[in-house]
Amino acid sequence: MATKTDLPQGTLDLLILKVVALGPVHGYAIAQRLEQVSCGVVQVPEGSLYPALHRLENRSLLAADWKETETGREAKFYRLTGKGRKQLETEAASWQRLIDAIALILGMANGGAR
Amino acid sequence: MEEQLEKELRFHLDEHVNELIARGNAPDLAQRNARLALGGPEQVKEKCRDARGTRWLEDLFQDFRYALRTLRQRPGFAAVAILTLALGSGATTVMFTIINGVLLKPLAYPQADRLVTLHGKTEKYGEQWGFSYPEFHDYQNASRTLGSVAAWTYGGGTVTMPGEAEYVFGRQISSGLFSVLGVPLVEGRAFLPQEDQPGAAPVAIISYSLWQRRFAGSKETIGQRLILEGKSHTIVGIAPAGFRMDGESEIYTPLGQSTEPRMRDRGAFFIHVLGRLQPNVTLAQAQTELSVIARELAVQYPQENQGRDMVAHPLSQEVVGDVRPTLWLLLGAVSLVLLIACVNVASLLLAHAVSRERELAMRAALGASRGRLVRQCLTESSVLGISGGALGIVLAFVGIHPFVSHWPGSLPRAEAVQLDWRVLLFAIGVSLLSSLLFGLAPALRVPARQLERALRGAGRNLGGSTRRLHSGFVVAEVALAVVLLVSAGILGRTLLRLSSLDPGFNTRNVLAAHLALSPAVLENPTKLRAAWEDVLDRARRLPGVQSVALADVVPMRVGEDSVGYWSAPVPPPPDQIPLALTSIVTPDYLNVMGIRLRRGRFLNEQDRIGHELVVVIDDNLAQRAFAGIDPVGKPLWIQGMDSNPAKIVGVVGHVRHWGLADDDQSRVRDQIYCSFYQLPEPLVHFLSAVMSITVRTSIMPLNVAEPLRRELRGPGGDQTLYDIHTMDDLARASLDRQRFLLWLFGIFAGLALLLACIGIYGVLTYLTNQRVPEIGLRMALGASTRDVMRLVLGQSFGMIVVGIAVGIFGALAAGRLLQHLVDGTRSIDLSTFAIVIPILLTAALFASFIPARRASQVDPISALRQD
Repeated sequence: MATKTDLPQGTLDLLILKVVALGPVHGYAIAQRLEQVSCGVVQVPEGSLYPALHRLENRSLLAADWKETETGREAKFYRLTGKGRKQLETEAASWQRLIDAIALILGMANGGAR
Repeated sequence: MEEQLEKELRFHLDEHVNELIARGNAPDLAQRNARLALGGPEQVKEKCRDARGTRWLEDLFQDFRYALRTLRQRPGFAAVAILTLALGSGATTVMFTIINGVLLKPLAYPQADRLVTLHGKTEKYGEQWGFSYPEFHDYQNASRTLGSVAAWTYGGGTVTMPGEAEYVFGRQISSGLFSVLGVPLVEGRAFLPQEDQPGAAPVAIISYSLWQRRFAGSKETIGQRLILEGKSHTIVGIAPAGFRMDGESEIYTPLGQSTEPRMRDRGAFFIHVLGRLQPNVTLAQAQTELSVIARELAVQYPQENQGRDMVAHPLSQEVVGDVRPTLWLLLGAVSLVLLIACVNVASLLLAHAVSRERELAMRAALGASRGRLVRQCLTESSVLGISGGALGIVLAFVGIHPFVSHWPGSLPRAEAVQLDWRVLLFAIGVSLLSSLLFGLAPALRVPARQLERALRGAGRNLGGSTRRLHSGFVVAEVALAVVLLVSAGILGRTLLRLSSLDPGFNTRNVLAAHLALSPAVLENPTKLRAAWEDVLDRARRLPGVQSVALADVVPMRVGEDSVGYWSAPVPPPPDQIPLALTSIVTPDYLNVMGIRLRRGRFLNEQDRIGHELVVVIDDNLAQRAFAGIDPVGKPLWIQGMDSNPAKIVGVVGHVRHWGLADDDQSRVRDQIYCSFYQLPEPLVHFLSAVMSITVRTSIMPLNVAEPLRRELRGPGGDQTLYDIHTMDDLARASLDRQRFLLWLFGIFAGLALLLACIGIYGVLTYLTNQRVPEIGLRMALGASTRDVMRLVLGQSFGMIVVGIAVGIFGALAAGRLLQHLVDGTRSIDLSTFAIVIPILLTAALFASFIPARRASQVDPISALRQD
């Protein structure tokens, strides 16, 4: 099993947006998906998940409806709004830039530019 | 909202439990792990709620309910605080309502800020409202910045038909007046330019009240006839109710139809002029143009217009007159009272807060942020402030009308004084501001650190800062009270001094009234003298009448006639000619008014037309023109009369014509008396329209009024007596303003003193309560009751003395302000302080007495056992 890593600050919102972008989903499913896709590295502290969801909903980046699940229970499903989609694109792009920059610097320390 | 959050979290928990069970955990273990993973549900919910950002409003509600509960637990404290604030804010609201109505609200004309009034200005006599009729036409034609110009002057007369003979006040107006002001007529139309010419058919516009009174508001009134001053006028229009031109007027006639000779005299300044600025023209631009026109006129007509400039003022200023400084003065005074009230409540709240220190410390320990606690305190003080303000609005509503009706003279624009949204906004604003003011002190004491100490302490520890703050409150209250008391003292002394001034004549038992002769007689100048003789005879024969005289102006009543004079054959240059108040009287005037004769003789029956023209002067004029020499027998030239001088036959004592308060400061104080019997016919005719009759009675003057009115109805029954006053009333009325201000300031000072004493009592009680253990210790160590009392009183005395010292500075400033604003006030002298300070000291020490006594009666053993 991969070692667990703490989530850097502020990235929880970005990850939630990405997961929701794939389709309407309820809170528990988001937590599960995050853990599954990252092979257990990303473990969302559940206490932070719901406040983050509510915060995103308050900022109109997510919209929520109450729907029935396959098991017949009612759950609150979140989906991405247009504003949320744009926010996701912007943040994902800047995240990617950051990653590339860090990789360059790390690569440099090992023996100069490639 | 809450339900949904609950539901969402429950769903999450259930799903997690199901998954854990599916993985093979035991159900109860699964429950436990799932719950641990999620964390405390309450905390999660809180965080979600925070994330939603609706916390703020809910918190406010919670604070509000908490504040109400706290106040309900201490009804006495709440009642005192709210009442104190209500008094302060109510008084302030009343003053603001008046200021709003009189000064702030625009006049009731459309686009009233474009209306201006014109005044003439000379260097010697400052601004004067009067224009001559030819001058008015010059400005009307020449001005480009004023789109339309209109004029008016006083008029009116006896109306004989329909109905009984009655003297009505009226105005003569130019044809454009109603359209310049933008006032629509209720019925009919305004005057046409053709009607505003000499020789046109007489027309009139009547007021709403006259319409109701004499025509029963009938719609057929337009076109009917009305007889004014013996001439038949056709009614062409009805003015709206409440329309005023410097006072009530009931009838309007075209100014241009007047045939008086002064209409053509360029030097007769008796017309008011007002105009409306063109759109996009500023007042400054109009002012410049007017000065240019004035200069051209001065060149064209050097005799009348030399040195005469023109100024334009917004019309609202003219309407408001000189009441502005008084209003601001009163607002300032009342704000001081409000300030004292706030300081009082602040000290109450502070005492209250210190005893709650423990509770606040606990809440801080449980996680309340400092900002939250401060907000809590401010909410509490706002509840007090707004309740006080609301009660204050009720008090203002009740008190505004009696206040306005007691205003000396009449308050200009009194009809506009009402509680409207601006007043309510002001009241709320003031309440909130004052809550902030007195809420800050306890709010800032909210403990941020040292929670442990606060939790453990019994809330009795008195930090030095609190003691200093409380002392500061007392000092502030005492200082403010000193300012108000000294101001009241100054006004009181002023009133005393002015009341004892010699009016220059005997005001007791004298009646003065205007008499309007029958219009038929006024038409026929030859009959005038006989008519007046008849009036005098009839009046003399009445029982209770000692002597009767005619006069054109009466002292201490509105109305004066000033003319230039000189005592050497060559007159001084026109702008340096001194002015004197001229009275045209019959010889008995001296006896009726009881004026002192200093030298020579007064006018007598032998001074008739055809004989040498004689005058009597007052000692002011004698001093100015003939310093040292005996003026009797010397000549005096009077401007406007023919080129031969008059002979001075006597000198009388000065009469305070302008009223007891204003006379000493007025510019024109010299006086000349001429005989009515020596006037040429045109002047007799002119003055007969405004003549007054003065009567000295041996019984109460008002008892003679009715018999006099009946006796003087005249052969045609249409001679009317109006504006009846006793000279005593007029003299007293000339001090109305000072008396009113004294009354008000007296109330304010009394309130201030009361509040300050309550404050001292409260603070001292509280401070000594805190010191009970210390007092117990002192007594145990041998201090006597007396020593303790001295201790407490000494502490109080210290605060009071500092307060008085600070207050004295404020009082000096206030005194200078009063001197500036209130006529007749002299600078403060020591006697005012000598009276005020002992009063304050006594009251304050009296208020300190009870807490001191209570402190001295502390049982030392129980005091030491406490804590």
